[in-house]
Amino acid sequence: MKVLAILLQTLLLLALAPLVSGCIKNWKAKLQNRRGPRPWQVYFDIAKFLRKDMVISEHASWIFSFAPYVVFLTALLAGLMVPMINTPAPLSLFGGVLAVIGLLALGRFFLALAGLDPASAFGGMGSSREMTISAIAEPAMMLAIFTVAITAGSTDLSQIAQSTQSATWKLLNPAHVLAFAALFIVLLAETGRIPVDNPATHLELTMIHEAMLLEYSGRYLAFMEWGAAIKQLVLMTLLLNVFFPVGLAGPGDGAAALGISLLAYLGKLLALSSAVVVVETTNAKLRLFRVPDLLSAAFVLATLALLSSFLFQ
Amino acid sequence: MNELSTTLLTCALCAYVAGMVGALVFQRAERLANGIGFGLAAVGGCCGVLSCASALATGAATASRSFELFPSLIPYVRFSIHADALGCFFGMIVSLLSVALSVFSLGYARGYYGRKNVGVLGALFNVLLLTTTLVFLADHAFFFLIAWEIMALSAYCLVSFEHEHEETRSAGVLYFVMSHIGTCCIILGFLLLFQASGSYGFDSFHALGDKLSAGQRNAVFLLFLFGFGVKAGMVPVHIWLPAAHPVAPSNVSALMSGVLIKTGIYGMTRVFFDFMGTPPNWWGVTVLAIGTISAVLGVLFALMEHDLKRLLAYHSIENIGIILMGMGAALMFLHSGHSMLASLALIAALYHTINHASFKALLFLGAGAVLHATHTRNMEEMGGLAKRMRWTALFFLVGAVAISALPPLNGFVSEWLTYQSLLQGFGTTTSLIRLMFPLSGAMLALTGALAAACFVKAFGIAFLAQPRSEHARHAHEAPFTMLLGQGILVAACVWLGLFPTVFLKLLDPVTQQLTGQQLSQQLSLAGGLVLSGGSAQGGTVSTLGITLMLLCLLPVPLVLWVLFARRSRTRIAPTWDCGLRGLTPQMEYTATGFSKPLRMIFKALFRPRREVQREYDFSPYFTTTLRFESHVEEMFQTRIYRPLRWLVLRASRRLRALQAGSLQAYLIYIFITLLLLLMFAL
Repeated sequence: MKVLAILLQTLLLLALAPLVSGCIKNWKAKLQNRRGPRPWQVYFDIAKFLRKDMVISEHASWIFSFAPYVVFLTALLAGLMVPMINTPAPLSLFGGVLAVIGLLALGRFFLALAGLDPASAFGGMGSSREMTISAIAEPAMMLAIFTVAITAGSTDLSQIAQSTQSATWKLLNPAHVLAFAALFIVLLAETGRIPVDNPATHLELTMIHEAMLLEYSGRYLAFMEWGAAIKQLVLMTLLLNVFFPVGLAGPGDGAAALGISLLAYLGKLLALSSAVVVVETTNAKLRLFRVPDLLSAAFVLATLALLSSFLFQ
Repeated sequence: MNELSTTLLTCALCAYVAGMVGALVFQRAERLANGIGFGLAAVGGCCGVLSCASALATGAATASRSFELFPSLIPYVRFSIHADALGCFFGMIVSLLSVALSVFSLGYARGYYGRKNVGVLGALFNVLLLTTTLVFLADHAFFFLIAWEIMALSAYCLVSFEHEHEETRSAGVLYFVMSHIGTCCIILGFLLLFQASGSYGFDSFHALGDKLSAGQRNAVFLLFLFGFGVKAGMVPVHIWLPAAHPVAPSNVSALMSGVLIKTGIYGMTRVFFDFMGTPPNWWGVTVLAIGTISAVLGVLFALMEHDLKRLLAYHSIENIGIILMGMGAALMFLHSGHSMLASLALIAALYHTINHASFKALLFLGAGAVLHATHTRNMEEMGGLAKRMRWTALFFLVGAVAISALPPLNGFVSEWLTYQSLLQGFGTTTSLIRLMFPLSGAMLALTGALAAACFVKAFGIAFLAQPRSEHARHAHEAPFTMLLGQGILVAACVWLGLFPTVFLKLLDPVTQQLTGQQLSQQLSLAGGLVLSGGSAQGGTVSTLGITLMLLCLLPVPLVLWVLFARRSRTRIAPTWDCGLRGLTPQMEYTATGFSKPLRMIFKALFRPRREVQREYDFSPYFTTTLRFESHVEEMFQTRIYRPLRWLVLRASRRLRALQAGSLQAYLIYIFITLLLLLMFAL
């Protein structure tokens, strides 16, 4: 049963992640009066990358070949610890939210090393910026998560979701609202979305995530892109099911409940993706040294969330 | 402690003594002195590990007996050893490092042949190991202080080993001065304790704090916090650490960062948990706050370094901060009577102590191997070493992942335990002070992320991309013994990371002794596969499970490879150079450039200053020569220590009037002092 759950969630993560990226791209284009690529274009891209020959830099070491696997696998494994359509998550025993953040950080560590490896200045620039932004995003993320973890008395994501579910009125608790806002900002930063990084940029000097991938091609690029999409899906799922576990199936529920849960999950994902699209379209990219202001705003929101959870308890 | 471990412990101490004597006797024959000095230190380390681990595993340490090392001829002083659980735990750390570092040194000391006296190096190394072990095991305040002072002196000699350089000499003196200010406080603290107990034996100090008056208790706390804090390198008394650790030979840097600063942690644990009874709340708050500040500032200053060993030294301050966070939380829980949570926080602190010892020593050894190969500590002159020093690069990477608290290695496990104790601490009180727990948790997250950024920089600039200097281009792999020494520590990091529940059993006697709780059963779930934070609902993690699952998921990309990319080929080509004629190492990102965004973001702290001088012929766009200088203010030196030094110097200039050189004046001083003493006595 456990193995089946792991397999199904792995498949769901693998299949859904490119679609979410594709949908965001497509809707963003629509909202900007462009036709844009079809939502499923990302699947074709990945398949094409997988088939292509690879060109590897002569300066690169084994880190360069090792990193795509680490990025891909850590994102996938982190996804198995987050409840998607039912609690508990398949691997919730192996780690809660701290392990999820740790695994994503491990992937980022190797991604940044791989950016430095081919001796190109662009890659180094991307690595430097990525590590900087993630470092200042980290306290806001942790504090927001601590707020809900303390309320639930657990760092296990499934437990947190269940405890939010059991008291629905808490959805509009000011602590939860503020923590959600903080985490949403962190989500934009961590997934390289517009106020922080532009996923569609073609100018190397403004790139962050893409700059680290400049030297990648073929199969490795496919794993990197797919890994990034999975990471985005994982963070979105975390946000959705921790704060709005509406319809999330419980441990003993049957197939019907699981089906409803899947539909509810897709609906929520749709809403969150649209929010990301709206934010990306209505905002301009911030100057690099304005990003800390945004992220410290997230930190302040998270601190307020903590304070209000203290006051309203 | 049973017969066997007592015998092994004696063997270990004898081996250190023999290593010291042997290395000195054979100092004319360098190879022999090297072999004897470091060989016997390795043997002693093996005996020590076996002795302490077996004592902890059998739990016999709780019912240990003390024995006199040799009869004392001086009143009040007893040279007695009492290997209790806490002492055994720290003894295990020093012995473990002794094995790895001695094996490494066998190869490393060869670099000194014909230049320096290897016999003296080996002898001092053994003295340092011996006295550090004795500090952990001493059962008597005077014996403790004697061992403590010899340890400080031998460390001073080792720091100044390459005394030809001006930098080394001044660092040695700074270490010496700071260390003695600390020792002074510790002596005062012991005197206060003696006043209350009437004896200098540690057994008479046990739970003495409850019998002291509040003022005395607080004085003892502050004296020991400062005294041991200097040795541990906590902010703001850390300044000797980044000066002294980098200039020492690398095996000694590893020993100092791995173990020597842990004597401060040992002292605090011994005094705060064993001697002082139930602490008032502000002690824990103070320690937690100092720990948080040390962690954040340590890593921020580390980020600004491009000297590989100074960078590692600043990370020691960061990790001492993390250890102090656990300890501070434990003190707060002891105050509120939550002995289970106190044990959890203490376990987190002690676990991080051994973890930091293993990965920091590993990283210093890696830095030593790099120094050995490239003859520079400056990261801007390294690069491309991953291809030239394959094993060293791999080992350094393991250390970097471990210190950045990334799963599945050991740094992650102890920080996870720290997070758990901080989060559960929120429910222990209802006062506003409980907000400190999640806030310091958030700062711990910041520390972890900054550490990851710093080690991306350290590994990426030093080991990846193109070599940035001729030395780096011609670097060669370290000899086998140096690799073996690192390998032992890699094994320790991996084992401590993957099997936390097994290791926690060794901590049972320690927490039993200090807080009266044993948690290893409670923290271990699913037959030891899963580590829990006290209860299954509270949160669980399994580093072994994570590793196994990563391997189980590996078929996913491999299947995709076979399905799609069976026929694809791989071509090696130059990196894209924007149409120039090839990339040169000058075009690579530098360590200084890598940390520039963080330097700008935290500019209020660093106050960065830069000087750019450019010369050009006809247009500023075509510069002929360019000079660039960038500085970061070392806040504590300029804000605290420089004014302090100025005050001290001025005061001593005033006092010089007293020392006029006239005999009559001195006789009057003696007379007045005598009168005052008589008045005081009567």
